Amino acid sequence: MNEELRGTIKTGLIAGIVTLSLGMIGILVAFNERFIVTDVVTLADLLLFGMAVAAGYLAANSLKQSSVVSKLLHGGLAGVLTGMPTFLLILLARSWEDIRSSFINVGPDLLDIVTLNNANEIMGGILLMVVFGVLGLVGVGIALLPERFRRPIFMGLTWSVGSGVMSDILSGILRPRLSTDTLRSLFGNTGLQPVPFTVLFVVLTAVFFWWQQGGQTRYHALRQNLTPSQQKNTRRISISLLVIFLFILPSLLGVYLSEIFNEVGRFVLMGLGLNIAIGLAGLLDLGYVTNFAVGAYIMALLTSSSEFGLDNPWSFWLAVPICILAAMFTGFILALPVLKMRGDYLAIATLGFGEIIRVLARSDALKPVIGGAQGILQIPAAQIGGFLSQTLGYVLNPINSFLERFELGILATNNNGEIVFGNPPQLYYLFILASLLMLFISRRLNNSRTGRRWMAIREDEDVAAAMGINTTNAKVLAFTLSAASGGLAGAIFAAKLGSIFPSSFELLISINVLALIIVGGLGSIPGVIVGAFALVGIPQLLSEFAEFRLLLYGIALIVMMLVRPEGLWPSEVHRREIHREGDDETAVPVSVKP
Amino acid sequence: MRRFSYIDLVLWLFRIGIIGVVLWGMTGKFILGVGNDYTISDWLDFFVSGLSQGSLYALIALGYTMVYGVLFMINFAHGEFFMAGAMTSTVLVALPLENAGYIERFPLLSLLAIFVSAVLTSVLVAVLTERIAYRPLRNAPRLVPLITAIGASFFWQYYFRGLFGSSLLPFPEFSVFDGKVAFWGLDFQKADIAVIVTSLLVMFGLQQFVQRTKTGRAIRAVAEDKDAATLMGIDVNRTITITFIVGASMAGVGGVLYSLVFRQLNFVMGFIPGIKAFTAAVLGGIGSIPGAALGGLFLGIIEAIGPPLFLEGLGVAGSHQLKDVIAFTMLVLVLIFRPQGIIGERLAEKKA
Repeated sequence: MNEELRGTIKTGLIAGIVTLSLGMIGILVAFNERFIVTDVVTLADLLLFGMAVAAGYLAANSLKQSSVVSKLLHGGLAGVLTGMPTFLLILLARSWEDIRSSFINVGPDLLDIVTLNNANEIMGGILLMVVFGVLGLVGVGIALLPERFRRPIFMGLTWSVGSGVMSDILSGILRPRLSTDTLRSLFGNTGLQPVPFTVLFVVLTAVFFWWQQGGQTRYHALRQNLTPSQQKNTRRISISLLVIFLFILPSLLGVYLSEIFNEVGRFVLMGLGLNIAIGLAGLLDLGYVTNFAVGAYIMALLTSSSEFGLDNPWSFWLAVPICILAAMFTGFILALPVLKMRGDYLAIATLGFGEIIRVLARSDALKPVIGGAQGILQIPAAQIGGFLSQTLGYVLNPINSFLERFELGILATNNNGEIVFGNPPQLYYLFILASLLMLFISRRLNNSRTGRRWMAIREDEDVAAAMGINTTNAKVLAFTLSAASGGLAGAIFAAKLGSIFPSSFELLISINVLALIIVGGLGSIPGVIVGAFALVGIPQLLSEFAEFRLLLYGIALIVMMLVRPEGLWPSEVHRREIHREGDDETAVPVSVKP
Repeated sequence: MRRFSYIDLVLWLFRIGIIGVVLWGMTGKFILGVGNDYTISDWLDFFVSGLSQGSLYALIALGYTMVYGVLFMINFAHGEFFMAGAMTSTVLVALPLENAGYIERFPLLSLLAIFVSAVLTSVLVAVLTERIAYRPLRNAPRLVPLITAIGASFFWQYYFRGLFGSSLLPFPEFSVFDGKVAFWGLDFQKADIAVIVTSLLVMFGLQQFVQRTKTGRAIRAVAEDKDAATLMGIDVNRTITITFIVGASMAGVGGVLYSLVFRQLNFVMGFIPGIKAFTAAVLGGIGSIPGAALGGLFLGIIEAIGPPLFLEGLGVAGSHQLKDVIAFTMLVLVLIFRPQGIIGERLAEKKA
């Protein structure tokens, strides 16, 4: 057998096994509920057919110098092979009556999808392979398109599919502002209606094409022509606009979406903290949930009015600094024993700490103090009362009543003249303030002497020590400071839920935070935000994702490490490091002195 | 002489604290008589169940140690190889066999089929993981494969959850292993004995394989020095794959034995045993095969005897819940005070 054919068969079968897996682990069934184009294309269809197109594309791309006909043949073959394992599954399901008792997702729903709703399953399976073969040809067609057309089409498709997936949110935001008829012509129950989808796709593709064909260069030229003071002003204006936007955002989003933003905020806080340990100092801490748990439990113990709380419960604002200090102290104490360990041992030891804390929290041994598995209840929401809230009210209430004319609003006092952070839109302000504070601190740390010290340790501990850096102190400091942000997140979390249980402090939280800073880009502050939206926000928005969230995290961790180890939004230093080979050619002559 | 820093002080206090807790607990137990009163045969029960638990840890730990030996990476997903074998063999072989009544009629033959299917699945999962998540990153910085390993671990957990569901699966009952058997006038659980004997046999086989066969010698050579091994005509990639296959087979056997004892499975079952087996591997000195076996047995025994021995004596409520705390404390203690393990890491000098 010749090598090219073998390559094509391999590509096709790998794509086929992935397709089979998508079906058997239930992704297809779950994603079939969400339409991208109302009543036409679901997310499951997109995945299923996308696999065949991708197989054809890859098969055609791996053929270097072949005629169009042979490329088409190979693409078609890859497409058919992509359908093959699924076809075998259909045959298996026909002959094995109670396959469902073993593979719980191989049921009528799945068979409907993979037989393309054909009543005769075998005919449906053959049809699937034929369709896949045709789609393989489409993949070859895409591969044959010149790059300057392919990119805009791909980008346009990605963005319009993205809008289709997110159409619930779009329609939620637009609902109070548009008439029902307009809404109905744009959105279906889920997904975009066919006409708006097509329009969106065409417009986006055109825009991307224009941007690529010259728009980008013109835009950059325009920016470069500004005088320095003009540049500064543009910067200031855009930042103020962004801040104003952030402050009216919850009224735009509504309760449900605000809650999702709060979750994202919680993970941004933790991510910023862990980023200090992993991203800056290179200490892989897998027990970060410990700091979060300490913050939450201290908040609960200080402010709860239940039997575990104090006789005179503290206010939220007094307790927050204590929570942060307690978390920092924990970080400090746990840092001491692990200082001398090398990278992977450190990871496992911190993981061990995290598990110890979790088991202790739910054990009967500590039940009299922190409530065991039943947790601590009756934690009051954070609120501002008295003189301060009146003063704030003088400023906020008029703004609020002005904004109400546009169906918008911001935080305001309630009838008792207090500001309560009870429901998600109100809590949003707490999270955004905390996040902005931590963002500021992280930014300053990043550019500080301490930050550079950490980065030196991350690169090479021995060299750093030889340069006169006290590595012990720097590492302890990294652990301590990274804990602070986790403690703050925990404190707000406790006040938000009103009750805490040990089940909220699982290892999964640590893994979640780790995944988001890796996907965003190690050591990069914008990366934390991007990562939190990608890994926490999107799965929360799409309820179908919830079940497969950790599966996707696993894939994200592996794929990021294989394909883009610097992350989605890499930090400057890290990006340069990873792409060092290219830099070296220019760097060498400069560094060599005569 | 090195300066005595505040860190050393803390570590010394930590050491003294742990010893103090253990001594105080034992005093409470034996002199003050806090907690339940156990007879000698109770203690022996604890010991044997610890031994059987420990031999499971040892089986899993062998995989960790072998992979660490050749790749210097913690294969975080190893616990998932264990889970994959146990779950798949239960759903696809054990339960259908039980429904057909074969387990009642041919228990040993069915058990053999279960073992084979478990080993095959574990090996398949391990080979895929190595090929996709580890091999392309062999020359990357050391944290990178650890991160992909964590990713692989979660991927497989939720992949198998998708395949077989998230509910607890019952492992069929083998009446051969029910009840007790008497030796020298003492009663032992049959299942425990079966686990201990099987694990010892498998470990003995592994030791022979690594020491006597040509492939075993290749594995040792790769662990010693990859470049030199290549020069000697050893296919390093193939040897690493074989190492994964051998480690995963141990995990597969361990998975079935675990199911025999605990009789309940689900998709997260590999996580805690995986971490504990890692502890065992470190305890015995990572990279050393006899070390992993001893470390596993030691950890299992400490875990079983620890709660009644010194936690009850402290008057801790629900001391058996703190079994995991003992294991993880052991992990942290070993990592802090003797990272080369009890026997000593075979590869210690190269990694400093």
